[in-house]
Amino acid sequence: MAVIFYLSSVIALLAAAMAISRRNAFHALLYVVVSLLAVAVIFFSIGAAFAGALEIIVYAGAIIVLFIFVVMMLNLGPKTTGRADGFLTPSMWFGPALLALTLLVELSLILVRDAGVGTAATAIGPKEVALSLFGPYAIGVELASFLLLAALVGAARLGSGTRLTGGDR
Amino acid sequence: MTAGIPLEHGLLIAAGLFVIGLIGVLVRRSLLFQLLSIEIMLNAAGMAFVIAGARWGEADGQVLFIFILVMAAAEVAVGLALLLRLSNRFRDLNGDSMSSMRG
Repeated sequence: MAVIFYLSSVIALLAAAMAISRRNAFHALLYVVVSLLAVAVIFFSIGAAFAGALEIIVYAGAIIVLFIFVVMMLNLGPKTTGRADGFLTPSMWFGPALLALTLLVELSLILVRDAGVGTAATAIGPKEVALSLFGPYAIGVELASFLLLAALVGAARLGSGTRLTGGDR
Repeated sequence: MTAGIPLEHGLLIAAGLFVIGLIGVLVRRSLLFQLLSIEIMLNAAGMAFVIAGARWGEADGQVLFIFILVMAAAEVAVGLALLLRLSNRFRDLNGDSMSSMRG
């Protein structure tokens, strides 16, 4: 487990450093996705399987997709034609694909060798998290729902008057 | 922590991710990249919570990670809506070009 932990950490740091140094927004988003997946593998390797699943579902699955929507709306990709031709050059996808493949191998190792995630020595499963979340932290859940409602109203209000002008920028 | 990984190593990695995000906020002038770097920083903070929770064998770390997740989702929704408004108004996403706003 220690090897998987340190290898994922290196991948997370490397992908984050690559993400903030790219010119193209799409390249940066790909590296950020790889960084988030690496952090999820770290969570799996230390026995926090529920947090790892949430990391993949909410961070890599929802937040980054929101970023991709906005980048596509703003046409921030390659400054040239905006076509899809330049998106899939090997130089773009090779780095993220290599890092993601390493993560896949690590996750397969966790699944095969250690008979599933969440079987580490001090694994904390969803049951403990849920009992704590809806027990002592119930007031926090209510406050989080307030925050989400406020963000929903704010985003709807701010985004309602947006005029989308694609392609001419 | 499990399998002989010291707590300090986990926290150092979280701190490294946080510093990378901070550098991104400071050196990039594009607002989109700054939002992305803030996401990296929030992710590092949540990772520190989960690692500390795993160290003590308590579920509280993951609970606080869920709260940070909720806050990151709310922040990115409002931030990206503001980004769309600003890009409509100023025609680019450079933060420096918005230094002439008047109330």
